[in-house]
Amino acid sequence: MADFQKAPRDVAIVSVTQDPHSRAVVERNEVELIQPIIQRALEQIGVQKGEIDFTCSGSSDYLAGQAFSFVMTLDAVGAWPPIAESHVEMDGAWALYEAWVKIQSGHADTALVYSYGKSSPGDLPLVLSRQLDPYYYQPLWPDAIAMAGLQARQMLDAGLITERRMAEIAYESREAARNNPNAQLQGSPSVDELLAADFVSDPLRRHDCAPISDGGVAVVLAAGDRARNWVDRPAWITGLDHRIDSHNFGARSLTSAPSAKLAAEKAGVGNDKIDVAELHAPFTHQHQLLVEALGLGDNVSINPSGGALAANPMMAAGLLRLGEVANRIMAGEVDRGVATATSGHLLQQNLVAVLEGA
Amino acid sequence: MTDTDIYGVIPEGLWSQPAIDASAIAELDGVEPIQRVRLPASITYDYIPGLAPTRFLRGLAQKKILGERSAVLGDVYVPPRGMSPAEGLPTTEQVELPHKGSVASFCVVHIGFGTNAPPTPFCSALVLLDGASVSVYGPIQGIEHDKVRIGMRVEPVWVDDDQLAPSFESIKWWRPIDEPDVPAESLKGHM
Repeated sequence: MADFQKAPRDVAIVSVTQDPHSRAVVERNEVELIQPIIQRALEQIGVQKGEIDFTCSGSSDYLAGQAFSFVMTLDAVGAWPPIAESHVEMDGAWALYEAWVKIQSGHADTALVYSYGKSSPGDLPLVLSRQLDPYYYQPLWPDAIAMAGLQARQMLDAGLITERRMAEIAYESREAARNNPNAQLQGSPSVDELLAADFVSDPLRRHDCAPISDGGVAVVLAAGDRARNWVDRPAWITGLDHRIDSHNFGARSLTSAPSAKLAAEKAGVGNDKIDVAELHAPFTHQHQLLVEALGLGDNVSINPSGGALAANPMMAAGLLRLGEVANRIMAGEVDRGVATATSGHLLQQNLVAVLEGA
Repeated sequence: MTDTDIYGVIPEGLWSQPAIDASAIAELDGVEPIQRVRLPASITYDYIPGLAPTRFLRGLAQKKILGERSAVLGDVYVPPRGMSPAEGLPTTEQVELPHKGSVASFCVVHIGFGTNAPPTPFCSALVLLDGASVSVYGPIQGIEHDKVRIGMRVEPVWVDDDQLAPSFESIKWWRPIDEPDVPAESLKGHM
């Protein structure tokens, strides 16, 4: 791809941690949820917090129902002596992007990235409506599943997908998640059984929707020899890009994901063979949109973790995709993989990362 | 100085909404501007305080003030959030704190903001409980406001026993006690 530009510094994911995701973590608050995950991310590679040059997190006040909720969660990182720190009100994949830029610019060699979301305190489909245009759409309270139904309907009507294929995607994702101890949904009824179920928002059935999850993830990044010293086989980030489509979902076609396609080109997805892909698709039909946008062939293992359809902690599910690919590379199972993260509504914003072994 | 006098010394426009000037946009020149749209929205959350705050709140219902101590540095946090922010580690030990403390700072409020503000003037304070590493916030009563000072010794005034609840409102306010002021050096790091 002519558009692909190699970044100046070699930066890798060297540690990934998460806990099992669940519908509701009712006993612990956000900082009590994420602190053990952060602590293990450092401990499992023998890193002291003082060796981390930059810390960046992703979370959402709308999920927590509290202003500046991320500041309280900073208690989990031990910000004393003072640390260099930042936060994005986005999925942690974008926090990773900021940390990656910080390292590329030479202002850091190492970074801790974490993100978390407890969707259980609020009514998630309604909370998500708050990210829409405040004058035209927010007063109408379109819930997130009903909006996704608009997109699925366009795809079905255009013959781009079938309800059976959507059910197959749900089935394959949750069956794959049997091998993922952190997944919230492990295993699935048969495709025929899924198709016999009632609609939630026609044409979407319950199986077409990601579960509502509480959970978090932490990742450690390191450049060059720092990465090589910490782990035997770092997961090098060889391509990273993110793009945005119109916020006005009435002004764009919903049957493709141009931002994902462009980000994939810029990240160099097609430059070499892809072994594994982890796609952040909260709805079954969006899984297919991402497969097409990235141009993934039949020989690619897609969402072996089960993806967001098996566990979807808001603000973490995207960074988890990068983490799942990184873990497979660090374990030596695969050589080259791609991960996507999405933000906004109906795949509006997409980040694409290419990760490679040695 | 009365409240009215205080309003008079705040520069015009600083605490009020400036007039909208749309004269630079030809289509809007002379048109009465829309100054406000009402788009009511509310979301209900089931708030989860977490393990350590739950222990603290339940303690208040028993007239206890429960801090939590950090493992390495030994700092005592109250109200606890479950973490030692300096260490990035969970607090490991519960500490029942005495019902005595020192004023680390105070503010006499003459203009109340928000619908929940108490009648003005009122005095709010930061109180460093004996044995605690951080201060708690609360109102001061039982003393003329111009007599309140940093280092003054105070104690909590609780609601009646049958009104005790897992809420910080179980402490109505703080009042002075007959003990000598603590020197400012003892509040080092807290003022």
